[in-house]
Amino acid sequence: MTEDDLDRNRRHFLTVATVATGAVGAGFVAVPFISSLKPSARAQALGAPVEVPLGSMQPGEMVRVLWRGKLVFVLRRDEKMLASLPDAIDQLRDPDSEVVEQQPDYAANATRSLKPEYLVVEGSCTHLGCAPLEDFEVRPAEGWGGGFFCPCHGSKFDFAGRVFKGVPAPTNLRVPPHRFVRDDLILIGQDTGAA
Amino acid sequence: MARIEAEVGKPQGGFMKWIDDRFPFTKTMEHHVTKYYASKNFNWWYVFGVLAFVVLAIQLLTGIFLTMNYKPSAAEAFASVEYIMRDVEWGWLIRYMHSTGASFFFIVVYLHMFRAMLYGSYQKPRELIWLIGMLIFLVLMAEAFAGYLLPWGQMSYWGAQVIISLFGAIPVVGDALVEIIRGDYAISDITLNRFFALHVIVLPLALIGLVFVHIVALHEVGSNNPDGIDIKKLKDESGKPLDGIAFHPYHTSKDLVGIIVFLMIFSAVVFFAPDMGGYFLEHANFDPANMTATPEHIAPVWYFTPYYAILRAVPDKLWGFILFVAAVLLPVFLPWLDRSRVRSIRYRGWMYKSALTVFVITFFALLLLGLAPAEGAYVMLARIFSVLYFAFFLLMPFYTAMDKTKPVPDRVVYHD
Repeated sequence: MTEDDLDRNRRHFLTVATVATGAVGAGFVAVPFISSLKPSARAQALGAPVEVPLGSMQPGEMVRVLWRGKLVFVLRRDEKMLASLPDAIDQLRDPDSEVVEQQPDYAANATRSLKPEYLVVEGSCTHLGCAPLEDFEVRPAEGWGGGFFCPCHGSKFDFAGRVFKGVPAPTNLRVPPHRFVRDDLILIGQDTGAA
Repeated sequence: MARIEAEVGKPQGGFMKWIDDRFPFTKTMEHHVTKYYASKNFNWWYVFGVLAFVVLAIQLLTGIFLTMNYKPSAAEAFASVEYIMRDVEWGWLIRYMHSTGASFFFIVVYLHMFRAMLYGSYQKPRELIWLIGMLIFLVLMAEAFAGYLLPWGQMSYWGAQVIISLFGAIPVVGDALVEIIRGDYAISDITLNRFFALHVIVLPLALIGLVFVHIVALHEVGSNNPDGIDIKKLKDESGKPLDGIAFHPYHTSKDLVGIIVFLMIFSAVVFFAPDMGGYFLEHANFDPANMTATPEHIAPVWYFTPYYAILRAVPDKLWGFILFVAAVLLPVFLPWLDRSRVRSIRYRGWMYKSALTVFVITFFALLLLGLAPAEGAYVMLARIFSVLYFAFFLLMPFYTAMDKTKPVPDRVVYHD
């Protein structure tokens, strides 16, 4: 066979077909490898709901629990905290909880909670994931009505975990799925079905 | 018959010929070492490439020995590092060499990159060397970041939390991407385990491969020099560049002095200030990781702070991330941003000289601002210097084209 006898179209087609078939194969082989990077069955199981007993909590007290390795704050708001919620509404970025992903429907209300008293939020700043500090002391001189303060980049949140304007965090603290099993027991990580 | 057999079986030219007939040993040595001609006027700026190689060797050697005692699990990692420090014979030395080596890697690489900016080493025909070099720099950053999680201290955990969360700023795919990086809903044992795999296998392999390609590309076009001239233009009768001397034994002897001085400084840090006052090993990292409390003041290690300062200067999550990435990647485009036909700063005009001076000040200012808390005047300063950082690169096509350059000589010049 000489150069002239070559069917170049055929050779080109075969080259492209071979490469394409190989690429499809490589794509399929990539699936298990990439999937193996996702949270494993054990990681998902360890993400099971956690119970938080409320019996001994005083008004104004906060507990920290870990759910799926993530920090969750449960704050029993006292009357003053609840009363202060409407105070700074015009300084908040999303006062009416309009960013849908940040809370389940049942927490998209004025107190961002199932029961006004109990706030359940993830203790993970929506900016870069640092744990906000509780800064509950009201300091009118600084214009601070109390809430959460992130030490990393200075983001501020009120007693409903709502973000203030002019800070790096883009949205409110996330409310995880949760429900009351009894009046004195919260289950975090699950909102329907049996405990 | 007998005579032919004798000739066939008899080695001609000895052992080296036997090897060379089967493997290009002598050829390779000549091409890369004994007959690789580099300019005879190299100054001390030209020692950092070799030093980067030395630090890589230190990190590989100490790293291998650390893996023999380190345990990549959340329950055991912190304690295993303490074990290395206290109970393993000479373990403290190996660990401090590795942690000090990380900082020195960046010192050496930053100086190596600055050398390229001084003498226009990224310009044609060395664009690809620069690109491979930038890729090495990116892999090195990933390697350092993955390594910093391994001791599982407070700064390991929360530093990783912040940097991984950055990827969550990417629209649409951000959250899924973060979950794939972590392999969990938060940074956990799983994350630590995979970062260990990245740190000891994937990224070092990539580094070694890229360094090899970097050097092959360099030896193809030849090294630049402080005058930025092409020494291959003028050659003697034997085809050897008039201004070139062989890498070995000439440059190797000079490099040896540099290596000794480097090792003296390196040892001084390892023995007398391994944590460098909290800059090489941050104090918060002497506490084990605690998922429920972020350290009061959180900052990455010094070599990341210039970019971190830019990230913090932006009061918006997505734009902060975009500018952070842009700040890291902009130097990639230097070969095309620089419109000057003169390589070396010796023959450039006042514009480039001023711009480079401002850039050096900017880089150090951002480095310090990234270490400081983001409060008050620091925020405004970080914004000003961020603008200067980007201006250096984005205005480069204009000021390098307008700059009045001096004539470049044909032969290397000595200035002392």
